[in-house]
Amino acid sequence: MTAETTSSAPATVGPVGPVSPEEPAQPAGPGPAAPPAALLARLRASLPGRIALRVLSALVLLWAVATIVFFLQHLVPGDPALAILGGASANPPPETVAAVRAQYGFDQPLLVQYADFLGGLVRGDLGSSYTMKEPVARIIAEQIVPTLQLTGASLAIAWAIAIGSTLLTAARPGLAARIGSGLEVVLAALPHFWLGVVLLVVFAVTLQWLPVVDDGPAGLVLPALTLGVPLGGFLAQVTRDEFDAASRQPFVLSALSRGTRPGDVRWRHVLRHAALPGIALSGWGLGSLISGAVVVEVIFSRQGIGQVLVTAVTSQDLPLVIGVTFVVALVYVIANILTDLAAVAVDPRLRTSIGGAS
Amino acid sequence: MNALITAQNLSVSFDDVEVVHDVSLTLRPGSCLGIVGESGSGKSVTARSLLGLNGERAAVRADRLEGAGTDLLRASDAQLRALRGRRIGYVLQDALVSLDPLRRVGAEIAEPLRVHGVPRRAREGRVQELLAAAGVPEPELRARQLPSELSGGLRQRALIAAALALDPEVLIADEPTTALDVTVQAQILSLLEANLAAGRAIILISHDLAVVERLADEVLVMKDGRVVEQGPTSQVLSRPADPYTRRLLAAVPSARSRGSRLSDAPPLELSARDREALGARRRGAGSSDGTDAAGAAGAPGSPADGPVLQVEVISKRFRGPDGRERTVVDDVSFALAAGETLGIVGESGSGKSTTARIALALAEPSAGRVLLDGEAWSGLRERRRRDRRRRISVVPQDPLGSFDPRWDVGRTIADAVPAETGGPARSEARARRVRELLEAVGLTAAHARRHPLSLSGGQRQRVAIARALATSPEILVLDEPVSALDVSIQAQVLDLLGDLQEALGTAHLFISHDLGVVHHVSDRVLVMQAGRVVEQGTADDVFFRPQHDYTRELVAALPHPTLQETA
Amino acid sequence: MTALATAPETAAPAAGSRSRARRARRATALRSASFWLAAVVVVLVLLAAVAPGLLAPQDPLEISLGESFDAPSAAHVFGTDQSGRDVFSRVVHGAGQSLAIGLGATAIGLVGAIVLGLLGGLGGRLADASVTRVIEVLYAFPGILLALILIAVYGSSALTQMVAVGVATMPGYARMVRGQVLAVKGSLYVESARALGHSPARILTRTILPNAFRPLTVLVTLGVGQAIVWAAALGFLGMGVQPPTAEWGAMLNAGRTYIQQAWWMDFFPGITIVVFTLSLTVLGRHLQRAADSGASR
Repeated sequence: MTAETTSSAPATVGPVGPVSPEEPAQPAGPGPAAPPAALLARLRASLPGRIALRVLSALVLLWAVATIVFFLQHLVPGDPALAILGGASANPPPETVAAVRAQYGFDQPLLVQYADFLGGLVRGDLGSSYTMKEPVARIIAEQIVPTLQLTGASLAIAWAIAIGSTLLTAARPGLAARIGSGLEVVLAALPHFWLGVVLLVVFAVTLQWLPVVDDGPAGLVLPALTLGVPLGGFLAQVTRDEFDAASRQPFVLSALSRGTRPGDVRWRHVLRHAALPGIALSGWGLGSLISGAVVVEVIFSRQGIGQVLVTAVTSQDLPLVIGVTFVVALVYVIANILTDLAAVAVDPRLRTSIGGAS
Repeated sequence: MNALITAQNLSVSFDDVEVVHDVSLTLRPGSCLGIVGESGSGKSVTARSLLGLNGERAAVRADRLEGAGTDLLRASDAQLRALRGRRIGYVLQDALVSLDPLRRVGAEIAEPLRVHGVPRRAREGRVQELLAAAGVPEPELRARQLPSELSGGLRQRALIAAALALDPEVLIADEPTTALDVTVQAQILSLLEANLAAGRAIILISHDLAVVERLADEVLVMKDGRVVEQGPTSQVLSRPADPYTRRLLAAVPSARSRGSRLSDAPPLELSARDREALGARRRGAGSSDGTDAAGAAGAPGSPADGPVLQVEVISKRFRGPDGRERTVVDDVSFALAAGETLGIVGESGSGKSTTARIALALAEPSAGRVLLDGEAWSGLRERRRRDRRRRISVVPQDPLGSFDPRWDVGRTIADAVPAETGGPARSEARARRVRELLEAVGLTAAHARRHPLSLSGGQRQRVAIARALATSPEILVLDEPVSALDVSIQAQVLDLLGDLQEALGTAHLFISHDLGVVHHVSDRVLVMQAGRVVEQGTADDVFFRPQHDYTRELVAALPHPTLQETA
Repeated sequence: MTALATAPETAAPAAGSRSRARRARRATALRSASFWLAAVVVVLVLLAAVAPGLLAPQDPLEISLGESFDAPSAAHVFGTDQSGRDVFSRVVHGAGQSLAIGLGATAIGLVGAIVLGLLGGLGGRLADASVTRVIEVLYAFPGILLALILIAVYGSSALTQMVAVGVATMPGYARMVRGQVLAVKGSLYVESARALGHSPARILTRTILPNAFRPLTVLVTLGVGQAIVWAAALGFLGMGVQPPTAEWGAMLNAGRTYIQQAWWMDFFPGITIVVFTLSLTVLGRHLQRAADSGASR
């Protein structure tokens, strides 16, 4: 009789009567796919194995990103050497063009250029900018710190809004919940280019509470708000929905029946559930913040890779565009790995062999 | 002796809608009070008002409402909290979410200790004592695990351990055995029985009369928020005074109820013409498709023609998420004769649903074969099977999930009606067929325009039966068809299935975890455990004279006395 | 009592109660007020796109240097720009092109997403693995980054702007389509259709596709707003329609230069976008709720 041994299937039990949680997804068979599947399964069964798999897939992802941007670069209509020399209208002498072609390796076969490009990436060499005539890696290294500061501060603001709004208004009776959720919808709908301009005009130009341009912490406030508030509205909606759902679960009733205070139940039990989807979305959220930083840095004339990217796109400085893109993809991938780890920290079910990394 | 809990004319309303009316009850020390009722009867709301747990929207009124010496009507929030867990423990039905799925089992059991001021150092040891006392083996290990790593039975024990952490005088158990396998259910009831014997008073809430009968000294029968009958258990259950109690008792399927009707709904009356219409395909064989010639030979209801479905030593293996292979169905064989009912009974994970899926050719067996009307049914290309699918239909446990969410009832059934020859009369013929089918299952033509979501559970199951009959099948596979239904609705659906089988001569493959249901409906029974058939024979042989240890265990675990008496 | 409302096992019947009815009435009134407000906004913007002359008789391109940088007034409710053009007229006349870019981009994104999503959802394990990877890679170019790359390669124009935004919205839709197709494919009702002996073509066209695409209608309502915002962001960066054409993004770009002296040049096109996208969101949520409750009735 096996009924009292651990049942591992995380299937929810139906309202009445035991339902059979049989029927796993994969049919077994001696097919050719069986050995790798078994190996994968064994790797997934342990946490270090899962992390290793995760890192491996991140590397594959970065390789794919690099490949895409490399070939996009070669889809450009026209001769890149001409672009370097100031566009087709500059009309440089043929020898100069040939020299530039040799210098940048454009005379090599495409696959050789591709191999060089990948080799450079591994060494941290992203090529050099057409317009600034400087190594792309150095330009990015100088400019990425302010952008990371900005996005980091914005993510913190976004989470503060999400948690504050949820704890204060979610699953509360009366008007509070309605006002809270309405406000979140509005915040989430504010585009950076408009919110930034309004904040700038109101707080820096008119009220002069904060500097218009400043590289110090005071100059971080308005840009970080511009970037963080809309994401905060979005995260708050997700967190609130989950909070509402979790507070209707039987474990809340169980906790209350033990004499636990309602506020304690919100904080100790429900919020943890509510935070899960937001955490899972934070990696994506950081990505969207970097994308938004492009606009925000322009509005507030802040240094950062957003500004660099805008200049590079406008002047069609492809190595720089590609370099920035690649670095953003790298940040995105790292952020997602961190997000996964954070999710594991909050949700212990992911630590057991069954939860599985999806 | 003083009562531990007293309620006089308790009424509870939500937003001015009264859902519990004038309930009076008394719980004496060391006794067990059972509250029985179907869903919506107000039994849980009644229980929660004894702890002030019905939420802000609830308005509780009573002439008197006292629990463990506290006036619950005037108690402050703090007084109520002091009561909860310390004086009155409360246990919910096991579900993966009755314990916080993100916290360790130990933390959940320590919660009442923390809340009521037991110092941190003392908690850990106490948690393990409590788990051990609730019959959880390896308490140290279990305390460190998550609820999802425990079986349903262990989770229920952990819930009970948490409720008993501060040794309250009263334990309120709300459906503590629902959703558990019958053998586990028996163990949980024993645990509650031991607590009762140790002097703790218990309020036991259940939809299952048999569960209440085993423990309760006194019983309250509730319907639509009112107490319809109340008194000593033996008296209420053996000489019920109220017609509802009588109906409820009569509705429980068992060995004794075999061959009789469970509900007081009138038997289905099908005219010869209706029968003709519903069974047309089998009687007037040789319709359009070519495969019929062979089918017609073995068709109409004489068992002598050989079995309609043969399952020959089938096995099914799956690769689990950990990469290991599991055998879910192991060397299962049986034959289903025309017009008979074969019951498959087993606990969760016994492989009965997979067997049903293989019989329906929705899954392929890893080994063995299935024959339909003596012809190959498994191991075929779907194209060659498609035309013959109309001979075997399924009635699922969850009818709602099996209906296309975009369709109303009429469209759902019409989708199953085989396309006969075309022509202008076709859509009219189809509509007529839908109407006939709806009437055959006790619904009306008006239901065709309703959406399944707006129907009750019993009505949905009737729609699922109508859809299954739309193809005039020879075989109905019924996969836990009544498990999600209240007992009185279950009685009506079982009666309907019996009537239809008698009228149409369909063979039934009836899958259920409920021994009483299986005994009531089946001619022959197959007992499955861990993928294997451990015993098979006529229903009476298997349940009255079980040969295999596992079957004996199952029958012994039945709380239902009528079965045990005769066994 | 307790703040966490623990609902009774059976939701209390809906009939009768006064306070509940009042609360419900207030909720529906609020909801229907927001619905009608949003509907009016959307209709006005559509009208502006189709017949701008009806709403703003002034010529959006007419230069009047004497009136440059006029603050909002009765004559020019949204003020004037650096060339004295009426900002209100320009906002109204810009609706057409902005909306066209938003709709075009959404269409491009959807078509690509449906191809990818169906390939992944229906194409078997290998196709699904590849599609999943492709979507994952596209996600690594977050937000408007993918659009910026395309503009860097092909130069900025209204067409690139539209295609770029469309491609940037594609991975989100594709993931959604794939997930939806897989969920429907694995549902009990598809299995029931199979058990009834329906052919794969019939199951695909009558059951899988309609059910998988149902939530897309709501998503598209929300998606058009997103596409308009992204296109406007590109325009704001000077990577879209070129001046002096009246288009919201291009107007934002022009206003950026004069932000400290003429805030209205950016504020009014911006708030128009905010109000319009917010209205689309509100309508989308209403559609969603209607779809949900329609199913539950």
